[in-house]
Amino acid sequence: MQIKPILSALRRHKAGTFLIAMQIALTLAIVCNALFIIHQRLAHLSEPTGIDEPDIFVIQNEWVGSSTTDQADAKILEDLRVLRELSSVQDVTSSNSYPLRGGGWDDGIKLKPDQLQDTTGSTVYFADDHFVDTLGLKLIAGRNFRAEEISRMDWRDRLGPAQVMVTKALADKLFPQGDAVGKTIYLVGGPTTIVGVVQMLQAQSVDRWAADFAYRSLIVPKRLATSLGVFYIVRARPGQLDAAMRTAPKALFEHNPRRVLDDEAGVLSFAQVRSRAYERDRGMAILMGVICVVLLAITAAGIVGLTSFWVGQRRKQIGVRRALGATRRDILNYFMTENLLISSAGALIGVLLAIAINLWLVTRFEMNRLSLVYVLAGVVILLLLGQGAVLAPAMRASRVPPVEATRSV
Amino acid sequence: MFGYYLDLALRSLRRNKMLTALMVLAIALGIGASMTTLTVLHVLSGDPMPGRSATLFYPQLDPQDMDGYEPGKEPMQQVTWIDGMNLLHAKRGLRQALMTGGAVPVQPAQSGMDPFYSDARYTSNDFFAMFQVPFLYGRGWSEADDNDKARVVVITRTLNEKLFAGKDSTGQTLRMGDTAFRIIGVLDSWRPNPHFYDMNMGNYVASEDVFLPLTTARELRFDHNGSTDCWGTGGGDEEHMETAPCVWLQFWVQLSGVSDAATYKEFLVHYSQEQKAMGRFQRPPNVRLPTLMEWLDINKVVPGDVRLQTWLAFGFLLVCLVNTIGLMLAKFLRRSGELGVRRALGASKREVFAQLLVESGVIGLAGGMGGLLLAFLGLWLVRKQPSDYAALAHLDMSMLLITFLLAVGSSLLAGLLPAWRACQITPALQLKSQ
Repeated sequence: MQIKPILSALRRHKAGTFLIAMQIALTLAIVCNALFIIHQRLAHLSEPTGIDEPDIFVIQNEWVGSSTTDQADAKILEDLRVLRELSSVQDVTSSNSYPLRGGGWDDGIKLKPDQLQDTTGSTVYFADDHFVDTLGLKLIAGRNFRAEEISRMDWRDRLGPAQVMVTKALADKLFPQGDAVGKTIYLVGGPTTIVGVVQMLQAQSVDRWAADFAYRSLIVPKRLATSLGVFYIVRARPGQLDAAMRTAPKALFEHNPRRVLDDEAGVLSFAQVRSRAYERDRGMAILMGVICVVLLAITAAGIVGLTSFWVGQRRKQIGVRRALGATRRDILNYFMTENLLISSAGALIGVLLAIAINLWLVTRFEMNRLSLVYVLAGVVILLLLGQGAVLAPAMRASRVPPVEATRSV
Repeated sequence: MFGYYLDLALRSLRRNKMLTALMVLAIALGIGASMTTLTVLHVLSGDPMPGRSATLFYPQLDPQDMDGYEPGKEPMQQVTWIDGMNLLHAKRGLRQALMTGGAVPVQPAQSGMDPFYSDARYTSNDFFAMFQVPFLYGRGWSEADDNDKARVVVITRTLNEKLFAGKDSTGQTLRMGDTAFRIIGVLDSWRPNPHFYDMNMGNYVASEDVFLPLTTARELRFDHNGSTDCWGTGGGDEEHMETAPCVWLQFWVQLSGVSDAATYKEFLVHYSQEQKAMGRFQRPPNVRLPTLMEWLDINKVVPGDVRLQTWLAFGFLLVCLVNTIGLMLAKFLRRSGELGVRRALGASKREVFAQLLVESGVIGLAGGMGGLLLAFLGLWLVRKQPSDYAALAHLDMSMLLITFLLAVGSSLLAGLLPAWRACQITPALQLKSQ
């Protein structure tokens, strides 16, 4: 295949050639970055929480009327008892929050009492002795809380538990040697001792600002007793999630109707919690996906349109070539090669453009650097797209009969 | 002449339906995508207090101790009770208000209605005048009510409709947290976007349903919502919020203008020095006085995802335009014969150029119409999203106009090159080869 005649032919169609190349370049630049964003978002929303999600649901309970801390605590204990008596419920715990909830209580942790800057931030989960079992956490060192260690507190009280459990990620950050159990750390409220380490427990927020301590969670042996209400995290018996989600609110209202369970978010299965937490990420990924597909379709349509035009314009030349002995294959190859040349030039510009756009996104939107895999994938996709798009017009060109050479126009 | 060109354009467009459809679709997709995201961006970056935002300021002080001190760092985002009250009572601005958010349990007197929680705003009396809050019935409370911790409440139209079926409820009693309040005002519909005065609640949430004096709310120990940032040995339990080293209140001041702002800033510096001399503040004075719009900027209110989508959509529009240019080029050049005849019969280059531009304008108009439909579809999809701003995404008149201008303008732009190239045809050559 001779490239030189193709090039000289293209020189006569500068505008069209340039437009196709530009379109390929722009599409490549956008598609690479979009694919990259999709991948990041999807990776983000499949991060594990560390809890046994399929059987868990959450009840957000708010009280009506004010009550003292003691009264609120008594009401919570009664509710826990009511829920534990249900046949479809395996275990229940009360907490101030749960993973993927969105917001909650964060605290800084120091290793020495007089340290000025926190060693790390962490998410704080309030827990009783049922917390580990209910959530299905894996204890990898030390021990669980004992029932007598659980005390109550109002949510504006100072956080000063005698003992805490931490996640492995937090333990590794604080004590890289792996000997966290038995060590003392300092919270805002004072010193505390680590008694246990759990394998994994994700933080409440999955936002970017919380990414640094995404798995650094602190579990404190406290029951949050406030008139405002608490979360009951319920673990249904295997396969009885639906039944438990139906009966639990009913049982709570039967026991004490002076409460509010929100219509929309009062009772949520963990699958719902998960989908709520990542709605934005999923939406963005879908949007990017749609944009990619439409862009590729438009680019392909543009290539088909312009190439068809060229084929129509060159019918006579094609006829002459055929009459001079070129096979149909030669004609097909001619147009395929022509497109490959234009696409490659476009892809080259596109790669530079993609990297430029990514650098700009990095400074503007705190995104990561584009990995070259995506650029490469983009190049392959667009070259294939170009070849695919040019196929139909090229086939039509190859069917031009040699006799065309003798016709005038 | 225009009519004739239009006729020619329509004929030509009808001749090659596939190509025409492709061009219209490309423009429609580009316009639809960019208008959808632009509308969302426009709604989100709007001015919540048009005409007044330049006179509203959000003073910031730095009341922390020396722990973690870095010179020049952004001071805290809220104020303590002591500072808030001092600034409020100093009355150095035209108007000022100290506030925080909260949630109150409402116990309806109506039988058959369950108690429920309402979002509340605890604030001082200038709030309504300062933010130009419209009243349907009654009025806000007075400074005396603030000082007396009066049991008065202002409710929104929504709550009024829920509890009193929309009738004038001023003078009626509303029970909240086992306390009886006298309703003194009902607000007309009011939803500043963003929810600028307290962004702890979510940036685009609707306004609270219940407004009552901050002093009253504190005396009754109503729950306060939002962030409470404490430092040093401050635990900030609910009983001692008045003295705790914690910031948890928002303070807004209305000033007459920029020159006034300089004076007010000086006052803030003096105040900080005074407090430092008294031993309350430890850091050197570090004050800021952003205007409302600057405050929104500092808080990065418009979500990054929305900005990203807008850029993406314009990239998309660009690809669509390049595509349309290519297709038009093909289309116009294919008609060399026809154009050659026209030229030979005496049409000037200008006239041929005008004719082709009319054709691209028609494509733009059709594309714009399609784009508008797509934008409606896009915004409908956006409204189905869960974000708190979703409900706000509507196309207004100005955006409608922009859609059409963008569509026609961009397709004319796309038509320029192909039309110009088509004009360069030498009539004789075309006729000869016929």
